[in-house]
Amino acid sequence: MTGEAVHAGTRGGGARGSGRLGRAFAGTMGRALPIFAVVLAIVVLWYLAAFWLNAQWVLDQAERAGRSVGFWEILEKTMSQERPRLPAPHQVVAELWHATLGMKITSKRSLIFHAWVTLAPTLLGFLIGTVTGLLLAVGIVHNRAMDMSVMPWAIASQTIPILAIAPMVIVVLNSVGVTGLVPKALISAYLCFFPVVVGMVKGLRSPDCILLDLMKTYNASRWQVFWKLRLPASMPYFFTSLKVGAAAALIGTIVAELPTGAIRGLGARLLSGSYYGQTIQIWAALFMAAILAAALVGVIGLVQNWVLKRMGFVR
Amino acid sequence: METAATTKNGEPHAPGARGGGEGAGPVIRARGLSLTFETRDGPVHALQDVDLDIRRGEFVSFIGPSGCGKTTFLRVVAALERPTGGEICVNGMTPDAARRARAYGYVFQAPGLLPWRTIAGNVRLPLEIMGFDKGEQERRIGEVLDLVDLSGFGKKYPWQLSGGMQQRASIARALSFDAGILLMDEPFGALDEIVRDHLNEQLIALWKKTGKTILFVTHSIPEAVYLSTRIVVMSPRPGRVIEVIENTLPAERPLDIRDTPEFLAIAHKVREGLRKGHAYDG
Repeated sequence: MTGEAVHAGTRGGGARGSGRLGRAFAGTMGRALPIFAVVLAIVVLWYLAAFWLNAQWVLDQAERAGRSVGFWEILEKTMSQERPRLPAPHQVVAELWHATLGMKITSKRSLIFHAWVTLAPTLLGFLIGTVTGLLLAVGIVHNRAMDMSVMPWAIASQTIPILAIAPMVIVVLNSVGVTGLVPKALISAYLCFFPVVVGMVKGLRSPDCILLDLMKTYNASRWQVFWKLRLPASMPYFFTSLKVGAAAALIGTIVAELPTGAIRGLGARLLSGSYYGQTIQIWAALFMAAILAAALVGVIGLVQNWVLKRMGFVR
Repeated sequence: METAATTKNGEPHAPGARGGGEGAGPVIRARGLSLTFETRDGPVHALQDVDLDIRRGEFVSFIGPSGCGKTTFLRVVAALERPTGGEICVNGMTPDAARRARAYGYVFQAPGLLPWRTIAGNVRLPLEIMGFDKGEQERRIGEVLDLVDLSGFGKKYPWQLSGGMQQRASIARALSFDAGILLMDEPFGALDEIVRDHLNEQLIALWKKTGKTILFVTHSIPEAVYLSTRIVVMSPRPGRVIEVIENTLPAERPLDIRDTPEFLAIAHKVREGLRKGHAYDG
């Protein structure tokens, strides 16, 4: 395709002839430019904030040493502290680099190791949460009693602070002998099922009245209406729910790692970082979590594009 | 009639769906039919005391202003609404029994094609639901797509087709399982005049070829006069039948028949009927 476009470009010549390749390039740039501008703005603001927040410490140090410091020295020292209030972006990047590519994966300090410890229960929780959410949504759509009763409870379940019940869940499960992956996965599923329920109820109810009437004129059974109409119609909603659910599942796992004395996982990394004032470690763990979430959502997005294109939803 | 040949193949449960009442009375028979919707602003009389017989193979148009109950009548025939008074028989059964016997195909104002299915896939939908075997499905899809002039478009998705073609596909879908009655609720209402003319011409040809009984709801006087053998003129609030006009035009109807005095005379009659209906508004 590229070759063809380049060929067309040489044939057409001039600005008009730049053809598909040119348009594709302009398209990519058109999409990338705003993102790049926002990232740049964030980085600039971040550096300014780092300077502003970390300067006091430099001034205090200088005063204790009984000497005065110039602007450039302050600037330099705010960017390279060991325990800054706000680490500068390049410090976080360096720590990320060091903790992922700079050491063996099996090391207790490897962020990849900790990310995996968090990812495994996240995936299990995501699976449990999605299946639960799907089943509840199917029930709500097909059963009047469930329609009336389940949704309020589902909403109520999300108003309870997860941080409050996570330790209880883990203690109770531990006391009955369930340890390891499962308790964390259950807390993760607790956050994950909700967006799936809400999205899928909406999705399963998305077919037009006339389509439901049409199925009635065919004397279709509920089962047939579900498989041939409701479920396919809900697919765009399904993937959107999955994206929200995946992010929620990750948050659930990290929260489950926080108050429970876990020593491994991104949540534990965040907590130990805050115990010892290792701000750079906290930020690196935060970024690792963000990368993980982005990767999960990205993978779901790819599957979504593929499925919806195959189904003929995407033109 | 080629439809008769396909009747026995693989229809799982439709005893007497179209065989019933052959020559024995009307296909649809309504007596004192009423339907009142209870709304917050009080009852709405969508249909009141409708008496109507429709014979096999007729093409009956229902015309009247919005809210005159013509769509409601179709929905009652299709068992999508339950009448609150009077009685109605479809093929000698209750509408619900007729629905379960798959006695009719319904065409809505919007094509209502499933966007994730190709045109052939959409036509296949009722066949799958009714349990036709694979070979029979393919045969019927080919046949009805041919009937609506869409052979060669089976693999396209709905969005790749124009509005008129989409509506033709939805007609093909309604024909695919070979029900004897075709219920059409303003099927061409959303299309432009030129496409509409073309589809009207095709619909007449299709009706002659298949011998279906067609109930056709429309807002357009020329459309009603051009298409039908009888025109039912209705009036709103309460929805009732004002007049049933026999269409005396010859069976052969080229489009330019609409400029003949006979055509205009019948159109005039329909218009008079509609005006009479409005007198009830007081």
